[in-house]
Amino acid sequence: MSLAIRAEGLVKHYGDTKALDGVDLEVPEGKVVGVLGPNGAGKTTAVRVLATLLRPDAGHATVGGHDVVKDPRAVRSLIGLTGQYASVDEDLSGTENLVLLARLLDYSRAGARARAAELLEQFELTDAAGRAAKTYSGGMRRRLDLAASLVGNPSVLYLDEPTTGLDPHARNEVWAVVRKLVANGVTVLLTTQYLEEADQLADTITVFDHGRVVAQGRPDELKRRVGGQTLQVRPTSLRDLDAVQRILGDLTGVRPTRDEDTGLLTAPVNDPVLLSTLVRKLDDAGITADELALRLPSLDEVFLALTGKQTEGSLA
Amino acid sequence: MSTIALDRGMRHGFSLAWRGILKIRKNPEQLMDVTIAPIVFLVMFTYLFGGALAGNTDAYLQMLVPGIMVMNILQASMTAGVQLNTDVSKGVFDRFRSMPIARSAPLIGAVLADIVRYVVCILVLLVVATIMGFRVQTGPAELLVAVGLTIAFGLCFCWASVFVGMLLKTPQAVQGMMFVLIMPLTFGSNVFVGTSTMPGWLKAWADISPVTLMADALRGLLNGGAIAGPLTGSLIWMVAAVAMFFPLATLAYRKRV
Repeated sequence: MSLAIRAEGLVKHYGDTKALDGVDLEVPEGKVVGVLGPNGAGKTTAVRVLATLLRPDAGHATVGGHDVVKDPRAVRSLIGLTGQYASVDEDLSGTENLVLLARLLDYSRAGARARAAELLEQFELTDAAGRAAKTYSGGMRRRLDLAASLVGNPSVLYLDEPTTGLDPHARNEVWAVVRKLVANGVTVLLTTQYLEEADQLADTITVFDHGRVVAQGRPDELKRRVGGQTLQVRPTSLRDLDAVQRILGDLTGVRPTRDEDTGLLTAPVNDPVLLSTLVRKLDDAGITADELALRLPSLDEVFLALTGKQTEGSLA
Repeated sequence: MSTIALDRGMRHGFSLAWRGILKIRKNPEQLMDVTIAPIVFLVMFTYLFGGALAGNTDAYLQMLVPGIMVMNILQASMTAGVQLNTDVSKGVFDRFRSMPIARSAPLIGAVLADIVRYVVCILVLLVVATIMGFRVQTGPAELLVAVGLTIAFGLCFCWASVFVGMLLKTPQAVQGMMFVLIMPLTFGSNVFVGTSTMPGWLKAWADISPVTLMADALRGLLNGGAIAGPLTGSLIWMVAAVAMFFPLATLAYRKRV
């Protein structure tokens, strides 16, 4: 499989701060790679280098086989960029924004109008086409921003925190759009602070911390790497909490963590067979449970294990 | 650079100028500080101080209008830096730069859109001045040359604004800095009062200041009188401004974006 993006040993300093400290990244054609990391991990810097907006101090990168430093023009004709902050012109209407970009991409006057109308239709913005972008809701603006990055039919799309600050409904809308693009063969590099977002959209995830790649793999691989599975039980009655804790502790040989507020007991397990044993034991003791589950650790837990810190923008 | 690349740069520049003009049309209040403020100065100085400074307000008005034109154009040229800075800090430029367009296109676009702003400012000023009693003493050809020269003056000095705009972090800082630069520049000249009563050091500067020379050149063109001397001086200043600030501005622009 050929690579749409290949980066090797990217380094970028800002004064004493190393924004990128030797980053390697490979994005196969037609795939979605999620770059995950806390604020200041270097995600945006990496995107800016790959979008030819920033020269790396060391290392090199190619997009579609073209070097981002030596042949930025060729790279620019392949890519679309959606910034962390919607970079449409707020004074201009949806139509005007898209027509301007189409004109800059050498569409004819009529061609630019047609392309703008087509994209506005596709992103369900036709009704708002004549209104200034500053009157748009957060979700609409982000859709316009996405439309703007697609005017030139890019084959590689950078989405830099595309849903930061959006409500869940608007976020789902953006996700739906991204899935549709990927179905059409677009390669996507997605940066996000939201683990759920990476889990939902990305084929593989690269975890950044302090300008370095600290982990890489499919979401389920990353989860498995951090540890086995987790057993969770919530007894129907809080009075049974002690009894269940004892049973779970005996089974797993580990003292379960106990959340007094929610009545949830959690213990790590290595053997999935324990689940049926636990069900039997609870049954014998006459205890009913509202919640009983065996699951992989959440990406939040993975992230915590890999970087030693909580995600700042966790959706949970 | 091949002619094709130059052509593309200009075409993209025109597209971006179209954006700038759209923005002026949508936010006409953007023009307020470059139209209202000079008119306030015009009215205030003419009726408050005109009699005391020039004997009567009509004579003062004839002297003041060409000077206010220079002040107006300098303030209008300030917007280029503020606008570019806003675009950079809002991320609009990132989108443009991630596209296969000429790198200079956004600069060309901003400056081209500025010409529209300059024309509007000068027209508004001349209309108000005419209502107040100002009359061109020469002819339409001289008036046209005067307006053209004023716009050229703005285009030369706008590179200082672009430079400051690329140097400072926020649009507010750019605005503040340009105000601090332009105020003493306009007042330390013969726009409002003759230089003869100024202390020696100030008079020495005011007599050769670009604002004084340009105002004198415009007075010559609009009221009659000596043109060659002040015009030569103004042109030297204009060339110097471009020679100094154009490379600085493009350098700062390349570093910033």
